[in-house]
Amino acid sequence: MTPSKSLPAAAGAAAALIGLTFVLEPFVSYQLATVCAYLCAIAGLTVLTGSGGQLSLGQAALMAGGAYSYALCANAMAEAGIEGPVLLLAPLAAAVLGAAAMGLVIGCAAGRLHGPYLAGFTLALVVAIPAVTSTFSEMLGGDQGLWITVEKRPDALRGTVSNEQWQSWLAILCAVAVMAVLHNLLRGRFGRQLRAVRDNSAAAALAGVNVARTKIVSFTVSAAAAGLGGGLLAYVTQSASPGAYSLVLSLYLLMAAVIGGIGSLTGAVWGALIMVFLPHSINSFTADLPVSPDLAQRLDGNLAIAVFGTVLVLVILLAPRGIQGLITAAVRRFRNSGTEPLPETTAGTAGSTGSAGPAGPVPGTASLPTKLSTTKGQP
Amino acid sequence: MSGLLVLDSVSAGYGPVPVLHGVSITVAAGSITAVVGANGAGKTTLLRTVTGQLRTTGGSIRFDGTDLAGTRVEDMVRRGIALVPEGRGVITELTVDENLRLGGLWRRDRAAAATLLVRMYELFEPLARRRRAAGHQLSGGERQMLALGRALMAGPRLLLLDEPSLGLAPRITAQILGLLRGLRDDTGLTVLLIEQNVRSALAVADDGVVLSLGSVVAARPAADLAADTDLRHTYLGF
Amino acid sequence: MDRFLFLTVDGLARGAVLAAFALSLVIIWRAARIVNFAQGAMAVATTYIAFTVTSATGSYWLGLASAVAAGLVLGTLVERTVMRFVGNTSPLNSVIAGLGLLLVLQAVLGMIFGNGYRAMEIPFSSSPISIGGISAVSPYDLFIFVCIAVIVAGLGLLFTKTPLGLRLRAAAFAPDLAQLLGVRTSRMLTLGWALSSAVGALAALLIIPTELGLNPHALDTVFVYAFTVAVVGGLDSAGGAVAGGLAVGVVLSWVSGYLGATLAPIAVLVLLLAVLLLRPAGLFAMTKERTV
Repeated sequence: MTPSKSLPAAAGAAAALIGLTFVLEPFVSYQLATVCAYLCAIAGLTVLTGSGGQLSLGQAALMAGGAYSYALCANAMAEAGIEGPVLLLAPLAAAVLGAAAMGLVIGCAAGRLHGPYLAGFTLALVVAIPAVTSTFSEMLGGDQGLWITVEKRPDALRGTVSNEQWQSWLAILCAVAVMAVLHNLLRGRFGRQLRAVRDNSAAAALAGVNVARTKIVSFTVSAAAAGLGGGLLAYVTQSASPGAYSLVLSLYLLMAAVIGGIGSLTGAVWGALIMVFLPHSINSFTADLPVSPDLAQRLDGNLAIAVFGTVLVLVILLAPRGIQGLITAAVRRFRNSGTEPLPETTAGTAGSTGSAGPAGPVPGTASLPTKLSTTKGQP
Repeated sequence: MSGLLVLDSVSAGYGPVPVLHGVSITVAAGSITAVVGANGAGKTTLLRTVTGQLRTTGGSIRFDGTDLAGTRVEDMVRRGIALVPEGRGVITELTVDENLRLGGLWRRDRAAAATLLVRMYELFEPLARRRRAAGHQLSGGERQMLALGRALMAGPRLLLLDEPSLGLAPRITAQILGLLRGLRDDTGLTVLLIEQNVRSALAVADDGVVLSLGSVVAARPAADLAADTDLRHTYLGF
Repeated sequence: MDRFLFLTVDGLARGAVLAAFALSLVIIWRAARIVNFAQGAMAVATTYIAFTVTSATGSYWLGLASAVAAGLVLGTLVERTVMRFVGNTSPLNSVIAGLGLLLVLQAVLGMIFGNGYRAMEIPFSSSPISIGGISAVSPYDLFIFVCIAVIVAGLGLLFTKTPLGLRLRAAAFAPDLAQLLGVRTSRMLTLGWALSSAVGALAALLIIPTELGLNPHALDTVFVYAFTVAVVGGLDSAGGAVAGGLAVGVVLSWVSGYLGATLAPIAVLVLLLAVLLLRPAGLFAMTKERTV
């Protein structure tokens, strides 16, 4: 989709989702809001890992950066007596900027790393979060984290719209905006440069692409998206604490991106949905099991993680392009079988369309990677 | 005539790209056969199918009467087939001694391997002086000797050589090819040699095979081939 | 001065274990060019087995033996069922598969044993004994040093002095060539994983009792430290892993002792970053610089 087409599409998607919240239970609206928050972070990771070939486990740290930026900004403004839409928007902007600044610094350092080195470094980063929050506990609230004063829904909406529904609106708008921006970024010059660097950085450099800058920009963009996700989560939960942004969250985000389909932004949507609803349904399933309280406690949470991990390993082994890859393949097969027209009309072009499939695949999947990286492990 | 190695209309290639088209070659026991041809004729592909690194898509390869189909790469040496890889393929991180011992490591008979090791150091005198040197410290000629010695450590019946003259001084090439001839005479070793250096390969070989674009265009005694000016002009460029 | 000595010795003991754990990462890296992100969880699993065996039999040594045996088995399983099939197609895929395994193992352990901490017994006292008026080394520290020395010496002998070690190295350095020479490279790969996992199992058994105790996440930070050690020492270098382990252990001990324990992860992060940016081949690597 070109920018002129993607804008109405984004507006339509936002309107449809907001309309949907009127028929959802408040709790499901709350879940939808968290889906949108995670979607921001997963989409950022998709850009970084899928298109950029850089595997980061630091996405939770960047979300934490966004959440704490939101908290500090919102609380400072509330103390200064500022209210109204500014108290809603300025902290979100702070979340984006705070995380982007973090991403810029990390990108400068990590832009030179790749593969397992980058993964290891970002792992160390996310493990260090509790240490950071307790070292600066006066400002960041230590292990307890920060409580946040948030701007509630406008008085006019009170009575007709639940707080959860209002939260989901904000999250929907933010997520749709992130998806639209990232979609256009990937379609444009930056996206081409990013994929060129991923596939062969030496060749990209020879072709005039500034490899280091491209990597740093991708880190910053990805961090900004994660920061917005963290800010939204802070707004929805009215808190920011180190426990919410642990290694497990980073792994979940990566998992969601991979299972959804690391090559495409559409995959990030599947990933975000799975990340919120799969553990929820598994946990409610275990809660209903007729087992001893002790066993129920041990199954709680763990079963969901085990299922998630198993699915992740299976996806990597059997369908490395994730759900979206499967959908694209299925759609292609369907169209190919459906559009087998008279032989004479295709005779001239059979060679070119036979294997490549018909033009116009699912949005966001055009020219996406067939593999995560071309770097060979063996010396 | 029954040969030690018989390729019968072998086809092979990389993915969908066919390289060899029904190649038939017979290597007689106790002979030196040189496969020559221009760059891209399929010579290396031919060797890779014999060693099992590349699966054939058609035809059969028989060694001493048994079909090699399905034999794993690591079992070739146990069957009696050893390869001297292209580019003087020694493992540069290992020492000369380790490289040599590796060649005979698959044997259960440790004493035989030890005897062969001593023999190799006699045969390749320069290596004996550099036993503890790492592979990357050796000169090109020394590496080629090491790769050859390592293949001989397996006590093979069939020795495959991939471009042994590549990048070596003519004097060293002559030495190594002369050595092959000596081994053939003394021990009855069978040799299949892949070479771009047609002149020296045909000089040392008993039989010659000319490969062009993945097909055999001539298979005759080496001396005949060397004397056939038309053939030389058309396929070998000299 | 006493405190300095105590912190240094304590750091060396901790560092020795980190060295062993890093060594287990180096073994896999050299064999398969994979950084195994599941290594920590695998080692926790084997420690649970040791814990169960020790609880049932009352013998620490039976527990230790079963942990090492379980390590061999688990490493073999992981390589044969998962890692073999992601292998070398992409370094990212193997990292992701490792992370998936990490989650599965931790969750399964949590389901079987619960997420709570369990105290583990140690065979020797951990209070320092007094030598000439200075008390710095505990019997357990000495036990750790002996164990690690045995591991390092054993691995060194295995890799450099035995035919099997020669095969393992050949398969790691040049798999295609080794195969042509009759080395069963696929078996060597499995063996590398098994060895690595057994070393990790022993390291985990040594370090977990000195930390908070046994828990499915007990090695999360230890894995990060060990990864740092492996990078500091050079992922290709076994000697580097040992030297790097001792160095990182001492630095961590000093930072925790003098500046506060919460700063340790930050110190590791800084150290890791500095080494990756300034000496990407590692401080002790002898080989050519790797591309990071």
